Amino acid sequence: MTGAPGVVIAGGGQAGFSVASTLRSAGYVGPVTLLAGEPHLPYQRPPLSKKFLTDSGAQVHLVPESFFAGQQIDVCLGEQALAIDLTSRSVTTSTGRRVTYEHLVLATGARNRKLPVPGSDLPGVHSLRSLDDAVKLRSALAAAHNVVVVGGGFIGLELARAALAAGAQVTVVELADRLLARAVSPELEPHLRQRHEHAGVRILTETRVLAIEGADGAQQVVTDRGELSADLVIYGIGIAPRDELAQEAGLAVDDGVIVDAQLRSVTDPQVSAAGDCTRYPHPHAAGLIRLESVQNATESGGLVGRRLAGAPSLPAGVPWFWSDQGDIKLQIAGLRAPTDEVQLLPPDAAGRAAAYAFRDGRLVAVETLNWPAEHLAARRLMDQRVPVSPGDLADTNLAGLARSRRAKAAAP
Amino acid sequence: MPIVIFRCPAGTQRKVDADIGASLMQAAVAHQVDGIVAECGGNAACGTCHVYVDAQQFGRVGPPNEVEDEMLDFTAAERRPTSRLSCQIEITGALDGLVVDVPEEQV
Repeated sequence: MTGAPGVVIAGGGQAGFSVASTLRSAGYVGPVTLLAGEPHLPYQRPPLSKKFLTDSGAQVHLVPESFFAGQQIDVCLGEQALAIDLTSRSVTTSTGRRVTYEHLVLATGARNRKLPVPGSDLPGVHSLRSLDDAVKLRSALAAAHNVVVVGGGFIGLELARAALAAGAQVTVVELADRLLARAVSPELEPHLRQRHEHAGVRILTETRVLAIEGADGAQQVVTDRGELSADLVIYGIGIAPRDELAQEAGLAVDDGVIVDAQLRSVTDPQVSAAGDCTRYPHPHAAGLIRLESVQNATESGGLVGRRLAGAPSLPAGVPWFWSDQGDIKLQIAGLRAPTDEVQLLPPDAAGRAAAYAFRDGRLVAVETLNWPAEHLAARRLMDQRVPVSPGDLADTNLAGLARSRRAKAAAP
Repeated sequence: MPIVIFRCPAGTQRKVDADIGASLMQAAVAHQVDGIVAECGGNAACGTCHVYVDAQQFGRVGPPNEVEDEMLDFTAAERRPTSRLSCQIEITGALDGLVVDVPEEQV
């Protein structure tokens, strides 16, 4: 098997790892090379903005090192794919090596958008993507008193609550008129915001950051509504797919590598893509979509791995997302559009709330606060494509609906 | 180090050394036990680390907590009286020799 070109995977994140491990579990016997890029074994990113920041013992690696030898996966730490030659089917790497492939999988992930203001490169200004970023941020948080978080999205709010838990004063600055403008319905957002404010986070919406100033490190954040003093600034203002490797090679790219439903490049069928960097026709979405989630990384990586191993594919689940923000567990199942009609179930005494989004009278997305059971029930029903109308929720919830369906199915 | 035993749907059995203080799910993932997916990484958010505790030993781990109890109604494989989410079971010295069954499906 040595010498023969096998599968080369560019990127050792959750998607790249999923491709490699699925290839083996689905029976692929050819060589598998994982160009990890980062100097670390594949790890989970979600905990980096959560438990990892407050718990120095938190474990993030997906599997121990012995896994790769045991599975005959050649994991190349610190080695990154720099260029692809589609004609000779080879990749040039950061160590100067040329690696030939029978099939190439792009799992290059995404990078954080830079904060486009003066002072964003001062010491004391952080963003979070990698394990190395998280280690730096963890020690910065331990010494911080005044933290300004730029961006009121998933990451920003998770980091705000981690900073609060570390004992700092925390202000979140958001350009839009509400938090999580992209991810959460306007109906649910006020309840989430209220909980953050109640916990002690100061939130400034409709506020634009103009500059970060300081003598030899961040001291204040200048906004269009005044100055905020800060000894630590963290920004989380979205990500952009790392698709330039594909673009330079001549593969079709449009805010992500364009692939078909089987995740094959539409330009070259010997190249596939998986994870954050991928734009594809998803069975639960209209048109091409790029998803930023662990579920997508794992499932799309699995789909590529199974196809290349010759195994039948598994059905894609309804897209889902989650974010742990202090005492708030936010979970989303499905993809809501701004024009969908939303039915809100406001928080009960236990803080559980839900927003149900309907399109043409049919349930398409569910957002929940502190209610994992309702979230799971939503995924089960949507995965099975069970139609749910607003009337179905008049005197029950999805958990109730799913339970009675199970009871009926079990009845003789 | 306590040893826990996973019985997999394929009929295979895995004996795993589990770190005290880790979760049963982490012990499974660290040893690549087939069928423990743990998509959310152990946050009681996804319901993909479902196990059936050996009925004789259920008293050693005890019943699920409130959130977990509700989630267990919606796991991919059927719920049984001894169902637990393995991310919510902390390994202690008292769990040495614990046997759990891994269900057919998780997602």
